Amino acid sequence: MNFFLSIIFSSFAVLVVVLIPWIGVGALDLRALFGVVIPYAAMATFFVGIVVRVIDWGRSPVPFRIPTTAGQEWSFPWIKRNPIDNPKGLGGVIVRMLFEVLTFRSLFRNTRLEYRRVDGVPKVDYEWEKWLWLAAILFHYSFLVIFLRHFRFFMEPVPGFVTLLQNLDGFMQMGAAPFNGFGLPGVYLTDMLLMAALTWLLLRRVLYSQIRYISLPADYFPLFLILALGFSGMLMRYLFRVDVTKVKELAIGLFKFSPTVPDGIGVIFYIHLFILCVLIAYFPFSKLMHLAGIFLSPTRNLANNSRFVRHVNPWNYPVPTHTYEEYEDEFREHMIEAGLPVEKGADATAESEEKE
Amino acid sequence: MATTPKPQETAKIDHRPPLFEKGWMDKPAEIRPGIYCYGSKPKNLEYVGMPYPKDWNPEDEDWQLPENWKEIIEEGFKDRLDRFRSLKVFMDICVRCGACADKCHFFIGSGDPKNMPVLRAELLRSVYRKKFTTGGKLLGKFGGGRDLTEDVLKEWWYYLYQCSECRRCSVFCPYGIDTAEVTILGRELTNLLGLNIDWIAAPVANCYRTGNHLGIQPHAYKDMLDFFTDEIEDITGLRMEQDMNRKGAEILFVTPSGDVFADPGTYTCMGYMMLFHYLKSIGLDITWSTYASEGGNFGYFTSHEMAKRLNAKMYAEAKRLGVKWILGGECGHMWRVLNQYMDTFNGPPDFLEEPVSPLTGTKFENAKTTKMVHLVEFTADLIKNNKLKLDTSRNDNLKVTFHDSCNTSRGMGFLEEPRYVIKSVCNHFYEMPPETIREQTFCCGSGSGSGLNAGEDMELRMRGGLPRANAVKYVHEKHGVNMLACICAIDRAVLPNLMDYWVPGVQVTGVHEMVANALVFEGEQKRTTNLRGEPLPGMEDEEDV
Repeated sequence: MNFFLSIIFSSFAVLVVVLIPWIGVGALDLRALFGVVIPYAAMATFFVGIVVRVIDWGRSPVPFRIPTTAGQEWSFPWIKRNPIDNPKGLGGVIVRMLFEVLTFRSLFRNTRLEYRRVDGVPKVDYEWEKWLWLAAILFHYSFLVIFLRHFRFFMEPVPGFVTLLQNLDGFMQMGAAPFNGFGLPGVYLTDMLLMAALTWLLLRRVLYSQIRYISLPADYFPLFLILALGFSGMLMRYLFRVDVTKVKELAIGLFKFSPTVPDGIGVIFYIHLFILCVLIAYFPFSKLMHLAGIFLSPTRNLANNSRFVRHVNPWNYPVPTHTYEEYEDEFREHMIEAGLPVEKGADATAESEEKE
Repeated sequence: MATTPKPQETAKIDHRPPLFEKGWMDKPAEIRPGIYCYGSKPKNLEYVGMPYPKDWNPEDEDWQLPENWKEIIEEGFKDRLDRFRSLKVFMDICVRCGACADKCHFFIGSGDPKNMPVLRAELLRSVYRKKFTTGGKLLGKFGGGRDLTEDVLKEWWYYLYQCSECRRCSVFCPYGIDTAEVTILGRELTNLLGLNIDWIAAPVANCYRTGNHLGIQPHAYKDMLDFFTDEIEDITGLRMEQDMNRKGAEILFVTPSGDVFADPGTYTCMGYMMLFHYLKSIGLDITWSTYASEGGNFGYFTSHEMAKRLNAKMYAEAKRLGVKWILGGECGHMWRVLNQYMDTFNGPPDFLEEPVSPLTGTKFENAKTTKMVHLVEFTADLIKNNKLKLDTSRNDNLKVTFHDSCNTSRGMGFLEEPRYVIKSVCNHFYEMPPETIREQTFCCGSGSGSGLNAGEDMELRMRGGLPRANAVKYVHEKHGVNMLACICAIDRAVLPNLMDYWVPGVQVTGVHEMVANALVFEGEQKRTTNLRGEPLPGMEDEEDV
C-alpha cells in the first residue's frame, strides 16, 4: 500500500471517530451511551485485552537465553565489565530494564547514516541523531503528566501531587497565544510538548523516505488519534469551555460505578472522551502494546549468564545425532592407516561391512 | 555465475525509496543473480533427513513446492509462535520507528528497502497479521496483513538469506526486537519446504558425516596438521606435533574447520599449535579431535533442531575421551551457540569439571556450567600471569585494527579479551570509529551462510561488507593500518576478498597468528620470517633459510 492511501485511510478513520460522538451526542443526544456505556466498554476492553495479550505472550516459553549483549561481559576480575548493557544476574537486568523503560536507552544510541560518494568512492558516516529519541521521550512523559493531571477530574479531593504537577506544568504562566490576557487559562507546557512531539513523529514518517516506506496505516492511525485527542482537549480548555463541575460529576460517577449523566456538558467533551475510548479499546490489538511487550522482550530481560547458570528449555527434545561409533565405522580403516587411535580394531570394520 | 560489478558501480547506492511507488507489499522480490546463493542440493538435505529435497533453481518460476505448502508454513508458524516467546512478542510490538532501518550493513550496502531490518521482519509480520490476528483478518492490507502466496514465500527466502543474523539492529531497537531471531525462525519455515541455500545445506551434511563443515575426513585432517607441523618446523626449527583423538587428555580443543583449510585461517591454526606446544612443557595436556572437528555450526543457520544435532558431538566427544573441560578456538557464531545455546541444547555436562587453567590456576568462573572456555580468554589469562615470553617487535611491521565479530560482541560481550591479547603481542594497534566496533560492530557481510565463501553472491557480499570495509579504509588512510585482526573463521575466510575489493593493501589475520609470531621458544632457530613466510621486521635482507 502506498503512503498516500495509508494516510488517507487513517485520517478518514479518525475523522469518523470524531464524527460519531458529534452526531451521536450533538444530534441524537445519546449521552448515556457516549458518557457511560462506551467508556465502560472501552475500559473493559483495555484491561481485559492487555491481560489476555500478556498472558498469551507468557504462555509461550523462552527456550533459550538470548540477551543482546551491548557491552563487555563478566570475565576476569581485571577486565572492566559493563553491568548494565551486559548484565550477569537479576540486579543488572532490572537496572537495564529500568534504563530501557524510563530513559529509552537503546533509542538514545540512534545514529543517522550519511552516505556519500567522493570521486566514485563510497564514504559512510554515522551522524548524530537524537531527534527521534527526544520526540519519543517528550511525547511519552508529556502524555504521562497530562494523564496524571486529569486526576483532578475524577478524584475528590484533588490529591496534592496532582495540584503540584499542575502548578509545575503551568509554571510559565503563558497565555494561549495570540489570545493572551483574554481571560483564558494558562497554557500547560506538556500540552505544547505533546503536540510538538506528535507533530514531529508524524512529519518524520512523511518526510523521511525510509520511514515513509515502512509506515503502515497502523502507524498513522494512532498518531492522528492522539493528535485529535490532544487537539480536542486543548479546544475544550482554551476555546469551547465546558462545565468542569459537571464533567467531574460524570467522571467520579464512572469510577464509583454509580454513573450519572449530568446535563449541559458540551459536545466537545464527548468527542474528547470518545477518542480516548477508541484509543484505549484499540490499544490491546495494536502496536501500542509495546508498553507491555518491552517487559517480555527476551533480548533485554535476560542476563547473559548461560555459560555459568544453566538455562532449561521446557520443550527440549531428543534429536538424532551422528555418533562417534557410526563415524568410526565409516572411517576406521583410514584412521588406522593414519595412525589415529580407534575404539575397535581393524576387524570391526570387516564385521560391520558383513552386516550390511 | 553472475559477474561482480566494479567497486565504483557497486557504490552507486540510493538509500531513499522513491516517493511515488506501490507499497512494498505489492512489489514481489526480483531474484537477482549475484545477490542470492544457489538452492540446496537434494543429496545434502537427504543426508540429514530434511524434508522435500529437490533439484531447484531460485530463478525458476516453479519451486516444486508440495501441494499443501501453505498449510505446512502456517502450521510451522503457529508451532513456533507457541514455542518461542521471542517470535510472538516481536511479531506484535514493533512500532516501525525506523531506528533500525539504516543500521543494517545489507541495507547500507545495497539500498534495497527490504533489507531494512524492520521490513525484513515485516515480510513475516504481514503474513502473521493476516493469519493470526483479528485486525489483519478483518482489514487485510489496511490492517497490515497480506496473504501467503508463492511470491511472498520467494520474497521470504530471498531476504531471509540476505540477513546475516548479526543482531546490530537489535542493539538500537527500543524494544530489543532481534531480526536475527525472526530470520532464524523464518529460515526454519523455509526449511520445512526444502528451501535452503546450498552454502548452508552442504556444510551441514558434511558436518553431520565427517564432523566438520568442509567434509575433511579424519586422515586428511591429520594430514593437514602434519603439514602445518612441517611448516612450523621450517620457521622455528622445532617439531610441534599435536595429539589427536587422545583419551585421557585434560582438555579437548575444538575449533572451526575453516582454520585448517584455507589461508589466512591456516596461520591462525599454526598459531594454536605453537601455543599448545609452548605450554606442553609447563603442564598443558590437550588433544584435538577429528570427530569434534568443527566449532562452527551451520545447523544454527538452518534450524534450532539442526543446531542441536551438530552441536551434540562436542559434549559426546568430551565424554568419550574423558577430558575435564573443553577449549574453543577463534570463531564467531560458534561462540554465540556455545554461550547462549549449548548447555540448554545438550547439557548439562555433568561428566566434565569446572574449567581451571592448568598453567595459572585461574578458575574460569564464567564457564562454570558449559565447561567451555574461549581460547582468547585462556591466552589473555596466560599473558596476564606472565606465562608467555613474547617478542612483540616481530609484529612491528603490522599496524593492526580489530574487527569485532557480530556474534562474540552482541551474543556474548567478548570485547576486551581479544584487545588485551592483541595489544600484548603487537605494538601498533588502532581502533576503528566507535560506531563500527564493539557492540556496534558491522558484519563482515558474509556471515550466517548469507555468503560465506560462495562466489555466486559475491556482489551481495561486497555490498554487505561495505560498512566494515569503509571503517577499515578510514584507519588504513589515517594510521596506515595494514592488518585486520579478527576472532572468527568466517571473517578470516571472507574478509580478504572484501579488503581486496574495497581497501586493497590490508590483510586479515587471526589473533593467535600474531601471538605465535611473538612467542619466543626455548631452543628455536633464529626466526627470519613470520608464519606466512614473509620476512620479519629487520630481517628483510636475510637470506631465505
